[in-house]
Amino acid sequence: MTSNSLVYLIALPLFGSAVLLLAGRRSDRWGHLLATALSAGSFGIGLMQFSQMLSRSNEQRAVSQKLFSWISVGSFEVDAGLMLDQLSICFVLLITGVGTLIHIYSIAYMSHDHDRRRFFAFLNFFIAAMLLLVLGDSYLNLYVGWEGVGLASYLLIGFWNQKPTYATAAKKAFIANRVGDMGLSLAIMIAFATLGTVSFAGVKEHASQASTGALTAIGIMLLVAATGKSAQFPLQSWLGDAMAGPTPVSALIHAATMVTAGVYLITRSNFIFDAAPTAQLCVAIIGAITLLFGAVIGMAKDDIKKALAASTMSQIGYMVLGAGLGPAGYAFAIMHLLTHGFFKAGMFLGAGSVMHGMDDEVNMRRYGGLSKFMPITFATFGLGYLAIIGVPPFAGFYSKDKIIEVAFNAGGIKGITLGVAALLGAAITAFYMTRVVILTFAGSKRWDDKAHPHESPFLMWGPMALLALGSVTSGFLFTHGDALRNWLAPVVEQIPAHEGELLSPMIVSILALVLVVLGVSLAVIKYFLNEVPETVPENVTIFTKLARRDLLQDAFNEAAFMRPGQSLTRALVKTDVAVIDGAVRGIARLASGSGKALRTTQTGFVRSYAMWILLGAIALIAAIWMVTL
Amino acid sequence: MSIFTAPVLNYSLLAPILIVLAGAVLGVMIEAFASKAIRPVAQLSLTLGTLILAIAQVWRIRHQSSLTAAMGSVAIDGAAILMQGAVLVIAILGVLLIADQEQFTVLAAAVPGSEEERESLESGQKLTEVYPLTLFAVAGMLVFPVSNDLISLFVALEMLSLPLYLMAGLSRRRRLLSQEAALKYFLLGAFSSAFFLFGAAYLYGYSGSVSLAGIRDSVVGGSGNDVFFLIGIAFLSIGLLFKVGAVPFHAWTPDVYQGAPTPVTAFMAAATKVAAFGAMLRIFYTAFANAYWDWRPLMTVIAIITMLFGSFVAIAQRDIKRMLAYSSIAHAGFLLAGVIALNKAGLDASIFYLFAYGIATVGAFAIVTLVRDSTGEVTDLKRWAGLGKRSPFAASLFATFLLAFAGIPLTSGFIGKFSIFSAAYESGNKAIVVVGVLSSAIAAYFYIRVIVLMFFTDPADDGTSVVIPSMLTRITVIAAFIITIFLGVFPAPLLNFITSLAYFIR
Repeated sequence: MTSNSLVYLIALPLFGSAVLLLAGRRSDRWGHLLATALSAGSFGIGLMQFSQMLSRSNEQRAVSQKLFSWISVGSFEVDAGLMLDQLSICFVLLITGVGTLIHIYSIAYMSHDHDRRRFFAFLNFFIAAMLLLVLGDSYLNLYVGWEGVGLASYLLIGFWNQKPTYATAAKKAFIANRVGDMGLSLAIMIAFATLGTVSFAGVKEHASQASTGALTAIGIMLLVAATGKSAQFPLQSWLGDAMAGPTPVSALIHAATMVTAGVYLITRSNFIFDAAPTAQLCVAIIGAITLLFGAVIGMAKDDIKKALAASTMSQIGYMVLGAGLGPAGYAFAIMHLLTHGFFKAGMFLGAGSVMHGMDDEVNMRRYGGLSKFMPITFATFGLGYLAIIGVPPFAGFYSKDKIIEVAFNAGGIKGITLGVAALLGAAITAFYMTRVVILTFAGSKRWDDKAHPHESPFLMWGPMALLALGSVTSGFLFTHGDALRNWLAPVVEQIPAHEGELLSPMIVSILALVLVVLGVSLAVIKYFLNEVPETVPENVTIFTKLARRDLLQDAFNEAAFMRPGQSLTRALVKTDVAVIDGAVRGIARLASGSGKALRTTQTGFVRSYAMWILLGAIALIAAIWMVTL
Repeated sequence: MSIFTAPVLNYSLLAPILIVLAGAVLGVMIEAFASKAIRPVAQLSLTLGTLILAIAQVWRIRHQSSLTAAMGSVAIDGAAILMQGAVLVIAILGVLLIADQEQFTVLAAAVPGSEEERESLESGQKLTEVYPLTLFAVAGMLVFPVSNDLISLFVALEMLSLPLYLMAGLSRRRRLLSQEAALKYFLLGAFSSAFFLFGAAYLYGYSGSVSLAGIRDSVVGGSGNDVFFLIGIAFLSIGLLFKVGAVPFHAWTPDVYQGAPTPVTAFMAAATKVAAFGAMLRIFYTAFANAYWDWRPLMTVIAIITMLFGSFVAIAQRDIKRMLAYSSIAHAGFLLAGVIALNKAGLDASIFYLFAYGIATVGAFAIVTLVRDSTGEVTDLKRWAGLGKRSPFAASLFATFLLAFAGIPLTSGFIGKFSIFSAAYESGNKAIVVVGVLSSAIAAYFYIRVIVLMFFTDPADDGTSVVIPSMLTRITVIAAFIITIFLGVFPAPLLNFITSLAYFIR
């Protein structure tokens, strides 16, 4: 099936971004409205496509659109083409839906910023790039969107670049992402070298002919790409700093959509990972490590946004774990991705709302007892909280428990290890999220009298309420009658729930709930029943200290990469100046010296010119004579 | 008693040439009878109209070919059509520059510095003879690449050269330099024409025929005196190599490029190269093709010397026009590589290169005409320092043309060089490819140096500035820019067009 309207999904926000950037200050007054309208328009097209999809049978649902022939070199052909199938429509609706809500929210949130128009231009650009990422029909097209969202993320993290630390945070995110991008480009190159094609359909078709080694290499490189974009171990270090961006950006890009691109990439490449078990195992291990890593960091953070960022890292770890479990897990990874999109975006917007009321204070030790002043924010944040810790019947319960269950049932030691890690993560999640809620909304007030906490305007709490609704209902809707699994069936291979399960769903749920209750109780004892000190306590265990320092991720990166890298560049500069420049200068001097010497033949006298011609003629005849003799 | 038979002429195929000649004659009439006031406008519109009409005719006959259009003395074929088209396009752009009468003296016959000259300048008249002269030169350039016998070749050579000698001496400023250039060009041109004619005589002696086909038959048949043949090739080549500016027959180039009014330099540098290489390609690809063993080694040596000499000496230049002149010498070397390749790819590549180089040349010299101070054009390179800061637009365009000369990707020059060198490589001539690439690297040095000078050096406050170009000059510059970039990014349409058309009929 082809469709001519796919391109408009991308074109609308891209147009908005171009208009806002080109029109400059002239569009200050209406720019944000245009951007929001175009994002909503894109959502409308997405809904239309979705309804058309529903009316077709499951095998006929995918549509495609060829835009133009992009690269045509010999037998290598890449079209700039779009493809909308059951997997990408999930993303399209998430990106444009949550994106539009966050546009609306930002109208109010950014109303005092004199650069609001630029903010909306970047936001629209992000929507366009992210849509290209999920709509591209080949790895190369995906790559363009992949780089586009990286750029948007960079621009928005450093949006308040008048603060040097924010600019540094943007740079850090960009560089960490470049490492991942290198993985993606290598994966594309290996795919081209071994399979001769880079389109999803082509790779899928030829994957069976490639050696397992090549597929493993592609898979590992795709995983590297995913760890960069999705802030997974070991490229996770940028996400915490990325909170320097305005809070709506953290909600949209660094919680709901862009950081999940890695999960999309792995799920989209299911045909590679299913044929390369080693790479698939690596994916699962990385996911398990990251979900614990993020959760541990989350316990020690006092900055509300950084705590949520650590949580995001951890939750994406769940998704990557799910995707790494193969056909049994893809659908649940995507399901968790979607539910997470609702509840985490909602909580970030809630955090923004709190900051809005508290003069941009982010330290939770300076909050406390805010539920009285911000009842709506408390309610929406609370629903998101119930969803993330996995209390039935909220969304997280359905999606997270499914991943834990699939992990346990992966078989053997692998299954038990991954399952235990996921369960442990659930307990820690319950602990640190409870901590966030208590520190912020419960207990006694710890802010000084200069702050005047107040509820945010409707433009802000409206989107929060809608997202909270999603946090409540989406899990049930997705699992009801296996709706999402059946929907995704044509894209990702499915295996029926097999016999001989290690643990039945019921047991997993009960185990998880017990651990959640344990985590919540610990947090309540520590932070609700005991006084919370306003200053950071120093007499803590080494583990807390490590967690506060993000488990030494920055120290490690600096020691292992930054300093050796700096020494290497210094050495290279010296070599460059002494050896290479020296050689170049020498050659240049030789060249200009010869030029000057030869120049003396140009005397300006016509008689000497004629002599040159004559000599040339004589030489020519002489040479011919010699050659032919 | 001999019976005179009227020659049978195919006017349809000769139309482009005839139209240009008719336009030139009409131009002479206007000079003679029209009033001074209307001459500039009348001449300009006549010239442009003629050229456009001629292009339309070229387009009309693009798929035809005939050896008998003029009793066997011209060959109309795909390659000829392409060369004629290229000459005409370049000529149009060149005429738009020539229309800037600021560059030309008013009374060419007046002694420099005399009272007569001053009066003529004050009268506010315009020099309009240059238009018919241009058209005569263009007519010669149209005939040169289609000539199919040695006599027509010689006539065409003179027809295109004589007007150019005159035009080189018409500069308004630094008139002595201009007149000196014209005289040098004329003397050396006459000298090399003599060689050409001498070579033609030997070739006739060898084959008993003046037609290219006849010479070819003798080469294939192996009859005739080889000494005559070799001397003939050598001397004929000298005449052609002189016109394209190959070392050691290049000495006139820098002096003439510098002395001639810059619009004339632009036209001459670009169009003459197309016409002369067009003729050269036809001669070597048809008449001499089967004797390649005799001439290829020598031409290879000349090409190599030309590339290296042009690139090296250009580095030492202090004057922008002289630098561009040496650059054109280096480019003649690159083009010779295409001639020597002697294969279809070499022919296609040469034609593409000629067109791309010609357009960029016109554009570059057009920018040179714009950089002035109170006394006229500023060609001293030192005074171009910081031009990018004062006039970023003009400097950027100039930088684009320089990058095209240097063969940097995304410009037409890259595609041209790449296809020439790959054709040469295909023909097995690896030495020329190695030297060509090396001298391209050397050449990049002095092109980039000008860019550095314009953009990364602080401007000296000496009154140098870019004047606001007239509409016509603007058209030339912008058109040249667009073509240069377009051919760099989307070369395929023109390359395919050339590949489908470029054949010599024999």
